[in-house]
Amino acid sequence: MRWLNTLVTVSLLFLLWKAMVPLIDWAFLDAVWRPDSKACRAAQGACWGFIAEKHRFILFGTYPYEQHWRPATATLLLIALWIFSSLRISWRWWLAIIWFLGLSMIGILMWGGAFGLPYVENERWGGLILTLLLATFGLALAFPLSILLALGRRSDMPVIRGLCVGYIELIRGVPLISLLFMASVMLPLFLPSGVSIDKLLRAQLALILFAAAYLAEVVRGGLQAIPQGQYDAAHALALPFWRRTFLVILPQALRIAVPPLVNTFIGFFKDTSLVLIIGLFDLLSTVKVSLNEPAWTGFGVEAYIFASLAYFAFCAAMSAYSRGLERR
Amino acid sequence: MIEMIKVNKSFGAFRALKDVSLAVGRGEKVVVCGPSGSGKSTLIRLVNRLERHESGRVIVDGIELDDDPRRIDLVRREVGMVFQSFNLFPHLTVLENLTLAPLWVKKVPRKEAEETARHFLERVRIPEQAAKYPAQLSGGQQQRVAIARALCMRPKLMLFDEPTSALDPEMIKEVLDVMVELAREGMTMVVVTHEMGFARTVADRVAFMDGGEVIEAAPPAEFFGAPQSERAKLFLSQILGH
Repeated sequence: MRWLNTLVTVSLLFLLWKAMVPLIDWAFLDAVWRPDSKACRAAQGACWGFIAEKHRFILFGTYPYEQHWRPATATLLLIALWIFSSLRISWRWWLAIIWFLGLSMIGILMWGGAFGLPYVENERWGGLILTLLLATFGLALAFPLSILLALGRRSDMPVIRGLCVGYIELIRGVPLISLLFMASVMLPLFLPSGVSIDKLLRAQLALILFAAAYLAEVVRGGLQAIPQGQYDAAHALALPFWRRTFLVILPQALRIAVPPLVNTFIGFFKDTSLVLIIGLFDLLSTVKVSLNEPAWTGFGVEAYIFASLAYFAFCAAMSAYSRGLERR
Repeated sequence: MIEMIKVNKSFGAFRALKDVSLAVGRGEKVVVCGPSGSGKSTLIRLVNRLERHESGRVIVDGIELDDDPRRIDLVRREVGMVFQSFNLFPHLTVLENLTLAPLWVKKVPRKEAEETARHFLERVRIPEQAAKYPAQLSGGQQQRVAIARALCMRPKLMLFDEPTSALDPEMIKEVLDVMVELAREGMTMVVVTHEMGFARTVADRVAFMDGGEVIEAAPPAEFFGAPQSERAKLFLSQILGH
């Protein structure tokens, strides 16, 4: 059978070679790097000039051009917060304070109106920071909600259980797009006149409610893996419900649920791109909009490769981190 | 200390306990034995309400168990329990396992809780394992940690649900030794076990169960010397015969 293995290996290498050469030609050797759309159209290769020309809009959306350092700083700050929180030594109560301070700074940077920064309304926020903020707040608020839903679904109290089951099944049963539409179009109709909720906030709410339903089922899976003996021991020690849950059951359940949790996190991170259909300028929307300019139409491949790489970087970081967690 | 009067308990169509009555006095050691499925575990799990009885009365240290969670809580604070499969908390160290309930149930200051924990680890002869996780210990060591964990709550009564059944033979003695010592200090104990040697040395009474009923209850000399019922005779011949 060795000759067969050799044959397979050689033919795979050959196919790879046949595919890689044109790809390298396109991406590097024949590529145009100058932001010159005429040269791009004349060339055979990729038009990275498009990215060079449009990267500011893609990353920061319609945020005032001369203020771009603000979302840039906010983005770096948010990434730094995530990296800091991923370290085991920072898993202390003061981490909450650091997040509070960090998010306050991001708020001040993005909105301004203080410390001599001009005010920027959040209709003008966009690009990467919007994606990151939607994902961060989405997960940070959906996760505790999902734990409550998962506990509720396992509750002995029929009303609580019924409500949780109803919520989870209802939200899981509709597409995220329809939730976003409902949040942006229908929700305002139900609010009393004079009351209006910001469009970004409405989208964020829809994302939180959606993620919570999915995460709740993942958490429930973890809870179901805990043997009855752990509950018996906690009961026998007279630990009351919330202490039993937070000190004994959840630490074990969430550890078991790390791989599917991160799977859901990654899915959710990419799902935030659906906000483009209600007119929010997240990273994918800014790519789409920047392709509308007549000079640059037709360079969609380059633009979407750029956006994909950005998404990939964050998702790869999440999955690498989860692999690290599982090994411990 | 424990009074059970005409207690019934079913799991679906299966009647696990049928009109069981049993009283355990303060300081008394009762060994419960019988074939598997006879209701022994169910019986002691009623005492701290891990199982809910359907009819009859269960009174522990003067507190009658019913659906009132406050009374259940009061009883559980006084009753320690040791399980067949240890049920240590695998995500906590040995010391954390021992201090968890004193810290969060009895609100003992951390320093005091840790002192108590080290005291009982000493008593079960594994003080050097305090920083380890349960998975790093042998079965016998884990069960001794479980005994220490229950003792840290300073219970008035200890329940043992087949504490040596999951252990390798060479580890049974180290656990029984700890239990014998505990008995000598005057702890009230209800022990479900097949260790008849332990029953002979420690028990004030042996209760024999079969088919969800207490068939007979007598001091070990009487029970082993002259069992009254046919079923007890058969059971004894089976477990002592080999």
